[in-house]
Amino acid sequence: MKDRLEALKVEAIGQIKEAQDLKDLQAVKVAYLGKKGPITEVLKGMGKLSAEERPVIGAYANEVRDSIQQELDKKQSALEDAAIAEKLSKETIDVSLPGRPVKKGNPHPLTAVVTEIEDLFLSMGFTIAEGPEVETDYYNFEALNLPKGHPARDMQDSFFITEDILLRTQTSPVQARTMEKHEGEGPVKIISPGKVYRRDNDDATHSHQFMQIEGLVVDQNVRLSDLKGVLETFAKKMFGEDRKIRLRPSFFPFTEPSVEMDISCFKCSGKGCSICKQTGWIEILGAGMVHPNVLEMAGFDSKKYTGFAFGMGPERIAMLKYGIDDIRHFYANDIRFLKQFKNA
Amino acid sequence: MLISYNWLKEYVNIEISPSELADKITKSGIEVEMVESLNKGISGVVVGYVEECIQHPNADKLRVCKVDVGQGEVSQIVCGAPNVAQGQKVAVAVPGAVLPGNFKIKKAKLRGEESHGMICSLTELGVDTKLVPKEYATGIFVMPSDAEPGSDALEYLNLNDHVLELGLTPNRADCLNVIGVANEVAAILKQEVKLPNTSINTSEEKAEDFISVQIESLEDNPYYGAMIIRDVKIGPSPLWMQNRLMASGIRPINNIVDITNYVLLEYGQPLHAFDYNRLGSKEIVIRRATEGEHIQTLDDQDRKLKDTHLVITNGKDPIAVAGVMGGATSEVQSDTTNVLLEAAYFASGRVRAASKDLGLRSEASSRYEKGIDRNRVYAAAMRAASLMAELAGGKVAEGIVEAGKREVNTYSVKMDVSRMNNLLGTEITSEQTASIFKRLGFGYKESNGQFEVNVPSRRPDITIEADLIEEVGRIYGYDRIPTTYLLSEARPGGLTKNQAQRRNIRTYLEGAGLYQAVTYALTTPAKSTHFSFSDEKVYPISVAHPMSEERSTLRMSLLPQLLEVLQYNRNRSMEDLAIYEMGSVFINRQEVLKDLPEEYVFVSGAVTGVFNEHLWQGERKTVDFYVLKGILEGLMGELNLSERITYEAGEIENMHPGRTAIVKLDGISVGFVGQLHPALQKDLDVKDTYVFELNATSLLEKETDQIIYQTLPRYPSITRDIALVVDQELPAGDLTTVIQAAGGALLKEVNLFDLYEGDKMEAGKKSLAFSLKYFDPERTLTDEEVVTAHDRVLKSLEERFGAQLRK
Ligand SMILES: [Zn+2]
Repeated sequence: MKDRLEALKVEAIGQIKEAQDLKDLQAVKVAYLGKKGPITEVLKGMGKLSAEERPVIGAYANEVRDSIQQELDKKQSALEDAAIAEKLSKETIDVSLPGRPVKKGNPHPLTAVVTEIEDLFLSMGFTIAEGPEVETDYYNFEALNLPKGHPARDMQDSFFITEDILLRTQTSPVQARTMEKHEGEGPVKIISPGKVYRRDNDDATHSHQFMQIEGLVVDQNVRLSDLKGVLETFAKKMFGEDRKIRLRPSFFPFTEPSVEMDISCFKCSGKGCSICKQTGWIEILGAGMVHPNVLEMAGFDSKKYTGFAFGMGPERIAMLKYGIDDIRHFYANDIRFLKQFKNA
Repeated sequence: MLISYNWLKEYVNIEISPSELADKITKSGIEVEMVESLNKGISGVVVGYVEECIQHPNADKLRVCKVDVGQGEVSQIVCGAPNVAQGQKVAVAVPGAVLPGNFKIKKAKLRGEESHGMICSLTELGVDTKLVPKEYATGIFVMPSDAEPGSDALEYLNLNDHVLELGLTPNRADCLNVIGVANEVAAILKQEVKLPNTSINTSEEKAEDFISVQIESLEDNPYYGAMIIRDVKIGPSPLWMQNRLMASGIRPINNIVDITNYVLLEYGQPLHAFDYNRLGSKEIVIRRATEGEHIQTLDDQDRKLKDTHLVITNGKDPIAVAGVMGGATSEVQSDTTNVLLEAAYFASGRVRAASKDLGLRSEASSRYEKGIDRNRVYAAAMRAASLMAELAGGKVAEGIVEAGKREVNTYSVKMDVSRMNNLLGTEITSEQTASIFKRLGFGYKESNGQFEVNVPSRRPDITIEADLIEEVGRIYGYDRIPTTYLLSEARPGGLTKNQAQRRNIRTYLEGAGLYQAVTYALTTPAKSTHFSFSDEKVYPISVAHPMSEERSTLRMSLLPQLLEVLQYNRNRSMEDLAIYEMGSVFINRQEVLKDLPEEYVFVSGAVTGVFNEHLWQGERKTVDFYVLKGILEGLMGELNLSERITYEAGEIENMHPGRTAIVKLDGISVGFVGQLHPALQKDLDVKDTYVFELNATSLLEKETDQIIYQTLPRYPSITRDIALVVDQELPAGDLTTVIQAAGGALLKEVNLFDLYEGDKMEAGKKSLAFSLKYFDPERTLTDEEVVTAHDRVLKSLEERFGAQLRK
């Protein structure tokens, strides 16, 4: 009987090995381990055995059954793995084909530059002040020490709508309005970005509409040297840590003293190139100490308070930063232009 | 302002190069925009003496000259200039010489005749043709007879000089002349200024016997001085003077006119020379022109005057427009012998009015407009008269015939050294301050750091303490001012909620696939009113003096400009576009603009052509209404406004009447979304285009609910789907509203998931399928509760719309 079991085991394992798929395997399982299978048959004949033999053969029969079951399990998982592998191989795709495009626009380069500058000054404790683009002559000029007939009004030919209302020529009226709101109490610490308008013919370097960002700090003990500190921080963050700055005396009606700030050329580092017109320096912005008349007109005591102001043109900065050669590109909105500022 | 380096050196000792000087001037306050070398790459040009000049045997227009080019060497040179003649001293480019443009001179044969070099015109030497004296404009330049053959011609012609181009700010009109710049340079270099000699040996005659001067209004003309110079001989001015005029951008005319221009450049004082014999009287009367009065000016133009213009008259007729231009009748001509020299101070407003109205801006008028040094008028007159005596052989009659006050008193301004240091952040001492004032040529008194500075009349820009602080600071050097950081308490910066929300809107729209555009606020009057969705009457705002009709009127909508952008791109073959803009529009409800118009921030978008595309998968979906509506719905979610926004079919000018929705916030219109009217699309030549426009100011001024966390559902929800058959015109939104109302508190979500309008439907009907989700956060719902709510919904739908469940 033991021999018979042994033979069955060998036979079954042989068939298991030969099974091609799960179906074959199932058939082998039913054939040998099923209720009508040969092992069951063998066990049915156990009654003829002696009491000593019976448990030995019983144990042996279970052993054979377990071995066959083990082989079956082994083969089943092998066949399953093969089936999965085959399925996967059929599912293989061409990963080199292009992916589905995700729709994503981006900011206009001027907005990108303005946002970068805003964030920089926000981090220095400034807030953003805004005001109307259609302004009164008073805020645009008179409150900024530019009375009617002042020769510097020539410098900025304006779009007047009525005698007293015009498109603002600068964002400085926002400064005048903000100071007025403070009613003579400092500190004031703002920047004011926005669109401004001047009667210029549009060409590669002029635009009748452009942007400005101005800054204003009014407090007790504000010094020109502090202005230098703020501007240096700005220049290094915006144009690189190794930039040097230079202040040159200049003239603006609403500041006294007035300065212009140059930065050392980021292209040639001061050796001279076409960007810096061989001077090694690039003019970036105008600034100065707020003119006492402007402080007084806005209700500040100019004996007690001092302040500084600065103003710059995002177009110019964007042109320098990205190497754009014509200011009209900003306003034509050619999509091929706009798309170039994806991660600006 | 162009300043000759060599000329400047006559008044102040300069031992540094032109570019070093330029650098120093720029650093201390006056921007030198350019340093230009007058030598435009010339070498090998010498003085030559034309010993012989004969007709070329084979060419009518050529002459063959024997020219002494120095050291006894005589060269044969063929010359084509019509004015070449024997006995002239000329500029010769010898073989091996180089002319501007890297033009190398070689020996050559011209029509069979040897030519060893070239006799040069000034233009060939790089002088602007406009500046070359008229008599030499079409030929070679003839040099003075004392020029030494063989010597460097550039020295004679001052072409080794450099010109500094100053970019002057309006406050520094004092540097619109060489002496003014000399003062500035002297302060920078710690040097003294040497002024020109103005002494004159006057004749026996007295000026007052020849002329009288009368001013009608001292306000228009505070001072007028007239000098008489007799027996002048008109001719060319000396070469050194011509050279300096040319270097400064002025064309030499004749000695008398050149002298007035020269002194104008030197002193900044406009002067005018009249032909005394052609005045037509012996009196000068300065008065306002009468309205419509005529004068023929020097340029032979007939000018019609206004009563805001000031004129010089001979007692009867105008002979000059004050400070602007002389008259033709009294012009100095080649036969002029007696000259009346005018040196006056005219009010800048009068000069500006005439120069603007007549379209005449000259070196003289621009100086009057910017303000001249009142106390230098007399000195300039003396200087010009002495030059007329010296260079034109004139006899200067004694005295100056004057009206008005010759000089005004100067004033002083106080400055406190400690306040200065507080403003600049410096530690400049009183001694340093005093030495700077000395260098600037400012008189002062000082005690304990309190300065009282006497401001010279050439610097009327200095009126307050801050002006003096700037003077000290800039001469001290801004590069020596330390870098410090604000002492004030640190306060957090940050965006306002509105500013942050505007940034969110931009970021969202970019994330949704739209590119940001920035367009002009000025448009045409016609376009300015397009797409208006205001109920009230609005009036376009036009600027008074537009540069063009295209840019004349302020926009009330961003869309016309965005559509221009679409057109611009389409013309460049880019037809699939998605753009948006955020910017101000201007709404005016006043018939006559008295108060500032209303300004709103609008955010608008335009999408045309293909919006979703995946080429190799064959997907190519053009934009439709629901793409834009989806974008807006997402945006409203972003702004926490979804629950309060409704979309209602409506009509907007230039929009498709059946594909436009008015966007309402709490029932009030805040914008619209839809397709452009097909007629407009055709006009613009664009594909189907969908746009939206929202008043961001209105959207963002609403208070939105604070976000409060909702517990996550712990009990299961029950979903019921219904398919309804309704009239085809019935908006789905109406059904949703009724379902929500009828469903009660347990109905948490209603989603439309199918729309069928095909031929399986009865005519005029459509089928809409909704999914309704019921749940209670506190407990598990019973079937009964759901059935009750759901039946309520079905009943309401039937009652309101006759909606039937689809079988
Ligand atoms: Zn450079």
